[in-house]
Amino acid sequence: MSAAVAADAVAPDNAEQPTRRGQELLLLCFAWVLGSLALANVGWATQDGLPARFWTALAVLAGAGLVAHAAVRALAPYAEPVMLPTAYLLNYLGLVMIYRLDVAAARRAEENGSPAPTPEVIGQLTWTVLGVLLLAAVLLIVRDHRKLQRYTYISLIVGVALLLLPLVPGLGTTINGARLWISVGPFSFQPGELAKIALAIFLAGYLVTHRESLAIVRRKVLGVSLPRGRDLGPLLGAWLLALAIMAFETDLGTAAIFFGMFVAMVYVATQRRGWLVLGAFLLVVGGLLANLLYGHVRTRVQIWLDPFEFANDQGYQIVQSLYGLANGGLLGTGWGQGYPQLVPFASSDFILSAFGEELGLTGIFAVLLFYAILVQRGLRTAVACRDVFGRLLATGLAFVFALQVFIVAGGVTKLIPLTGLTTPFLSAGGSALIANWIMVALLLRISDITRRPDPVIQSPDQALTQVVRL
Amino acid sequence: MSELALTLLRLGFLVLLWVGVLFTLSVLRRDLRAPREARPAPVAAPGGQQPAASSPPRRARSGGKGSRLVVTEGPLSGTVVPLGTTPVTIGRAADSTLVVEDDYASTNHCRIYSAGGEWVVEDLNSTNGTWLDRTRITRPTVLPVGVPLRVGRSVMQVRK
Repeated sequence: MSAAVAADAVAPDNAEQPTRRGQELLLLCFAWVLGSLALANVGWATQDGLPARFWTALAVLAGAGLVAHAAVRALAPYAEPVMLPTAYLLNYLGLVMIYRLDVAAARRAEENGSPAPTPEVIGQLTWTVLGVLLLAAVLLIVRDHRKLQRYTYISLIVGVALLLLPLVPGLGTTINGARLWISVGPFSFQPGELAKIALAIFLAGYLVTHRESLAIVRRKVLGVSLPRGRDLGPLLGAWLLALAIMAFETDLGTAAIFFGMFVAMVYVATQRRGWLVLGAFLLVVGGLLANLLYGHVRTRVQIWLDPFEFANDQGYQIVQSLYGLANGGLLGTGWGQGYPQLVPFASSDFILSAFGEELGLTGIFAVLLFYAILVQRGLRTAVACRDVFGRLLATGLAFVFALQVFIVAGGVTKLIPLTGLTTPFLSAGGSALIANWIMVALLLRISDITRRPDPVIQSPDQALTQVVRL
Repeated sequence: MSELALTLLRLGFLVLLWVGVLFTLSVLRRDLRAPREARPAPVAAPGGQQPAASSPPRRARSGGKGSRLVVTEGPLSGTVVPLGTTPVTIGRAADSTLVVEDDYASTNHCRIYSAGGEWVVEDLNSTNGTWLDRTRITRPTVLPVGVPLRVGRSVMQVRK
């Protein structure tokens, strides 16, 4: 019997779990080729030749991909292989579309005789490189996601502080009617994007310890079991926080993201449908309240109900987006051959409609599928994770991606009222981009810990008996 | 560039984009076989293994012991832990193989290891005990396939 134990313990354990880093590299190369082809296509279609500094851009992006791959290979070798290439591809395609809109803006400035606008793509490329470096840094610093649980309440303080930062006089700036930015010197940053991550860590840590009491059923109303009254505190707190964001920073999208993430994580932690019902109820009440109290929310709803009535003023953006999508049709106009620049904020809030115009329904479905794959990988990581904290954190992060894509895609296609939110990885916007890379890094870390085989113990006897040097 | 070339490029890019989707999905497809993939490879590795040690595990495999531990009740319900060559530890400690966040489980609650072609569960002096079916175990006990093992509020069983 002891021989059998020894034999089992001696067997190499690491050989059985493939790291699958090769597949990741292959997918990354494919993503690089696809993005480079799109960039060349933009050049050929708009100026009869490759874009300026084409090879430099290709080299920088290849370098970014390789750095990300090397970081994962060295620091999270057992992480799942699809998430990184998917994020990289979306980021690359977003860069190409932003470059394409820069070309259109420069051309228009030339026709009007006005000075050429500063290209957005340079900034976005810098943020991309920074995002990849942050991915490596997060993998280096967070060696085990379970350690993050220690910082539950610090995360809460950090998250709320980040949310309140734009309200500080002198530091916060109002851009396009929303007070979401802070500017220090020439740099402006949207701290709410990072607050998302901090609050996800807090919620995961909080729910690990308070899951039990939140799951207690008080009574059944219409076949739905509702939680106890006093356990409603956190949910109401999150609801009030969301309402406060909307009231003071006038941003519907961020409020919806926070509230949605909270309800999803509480639901997953307690497995009680009552929370979903309550969440939906509070969402409706909050929406109605906002509609009553705030003029800009009321305008959004009216535009949503009939954009063509306001086609020349407030509804111009959404109407142009719909025209763009119609112009794209099934197969799109091709890179650089549509008119996505006619939509205001085409590079940030409306980048999905730019993709819809130039790549058509076929292309936008592919892009949405890549998002679906990203979210599925995140949720799969959550299901496979062996500790509750990791499960909840992965669920929260993956759900934020899903909700954000839904709100943006629903907004530009007039399914739901429009809210200004960035499309993950595609939109121009540095703070959102680096926050997304950090979220991917955390998901990679959780999946690495989950899939990593346990260290090989030579044999129980040897492991327990050691030579102690005196 | 000519109109024709641009049209071909446009359609070509869409085709490649979808090839990318399918390529990614083909990598994902292996994930559906995850439990099998995670199962330990045959111990009889070519070379590098002592001849005396390679025979008992092979006999064990024909004896039909399970290959994975499935949590059937409790907060971690649905979790599958592949049973490999290293002992599986269960408890609240963060370095356990299966980390149970449960007030009724001990920090190092129990461990499951392979011996003589069977899985053996050993209680690590836990406060509330490790229960195999309806009995509290007091010494290393053989863990048969399909018999519920209760740790705190979690119930798990070995499956093939």
